[in-house]
Amino acid sequence: MDFVLPELGKGIDEATISFWMCEEGDKINKGDDVIEMLTDKATFNVPAPVSGVLKDILVREGEVVKVGQKIAEIGE
Amino acid sequence: MKAVCDVLDTGLKDYMEVYSLQKKLLAERIRDEIPDTLILTEHPPTFTIGRKGGRENILVSEEVLKKNGIKVYEIDRGGDVTYHGPGQIVGYPIMNLAKWNKDIHLYLRSLEEVIIRFLSHFKITAGRINNYTGVWVGDCKIAAIGIGVSKWTTFHGFCININPDKKHFRMITPCGIKDKSVTSLDELTGETTDMRKAKQVLVTEFGNCFEREMRYA
Repeated sequence: MDFVLPELGKGIDEATISFWMCEEGDKINKGDDVIEMLTDKATFNVPAPVSGVLKDILVREGEVVKVGQKIAEIGE
Repeated sequence: MKAVCDVLDTGLKDYMEVYSLQKKLLAERIRDEIPDTLILTEHPPTFTIGRKGGRENILVSEEVLKKNGIKVYEIDRGGDVTYHGPGQIVGYPIMNLAKWNKDIHLYLRSLEEVIIRFLSHFKITAGRINNYTGVWVGDCKIAAIGIGVSKWTTFHGFCININPDKKHFRMITPCGIKDKSVTSLDELTGETTDMRKAKQVLVTEFGNCFEREMRYA
């Protein structure tokens, strides 16, 4: 399934990927933090929306992502 | 009824020790095992580098850092380089924003508000500067802010200059901002602030701004 950047709260429609806490091929559990995102004065951890295997990472460290944009594929 | 916020004052304590405490309380807060908690602390001389910053904003050599007993850590908060040292009130609110407002910007502005109201008790008029998070008196920064959020729960926080060693600030470009400088409460009032009393004022204002009943642990 598509892993899209979830809502980060009011007034924040994009953020920078600080780093991925896991790699393609890793098993991830729903609710575990998998990415750290960054705005000017805050870092946010984004949890996995479902359990599965992290397939394709579409955006890398340093790239700006919009809320709702697909950032990775999560497979069985 | 107002939600409770515990206050935990560690006194002067090593940065990494308090960082571990933050992470422990953060995990407990996420599991809803504890109420919101405001950690108050003071650190020995330390430079911390947030995700936005680089070592280039530390202007002195490793040798000078060593000679002055200053530790350097790269950490997981927003923002650039900041200084921690004796003579500051450092606050790390571990707060579940889902039970307050799911709004990070409002949270940052509210932390600024707490500090602005705190300073007004000492007859200091402080304010904000657009696009520069933190609290300012004129063009000088008196308090720095940088936070982390995990599962809508906050960590890291703010740092208010009461009477820190300004020599140490000259070793960095605070927050990576070149054309502004720093100030402290005692420098502005010309008096020596009673730290214990100051912390009480801060805790009261924190409770007012966030509508929390502050409870000392």
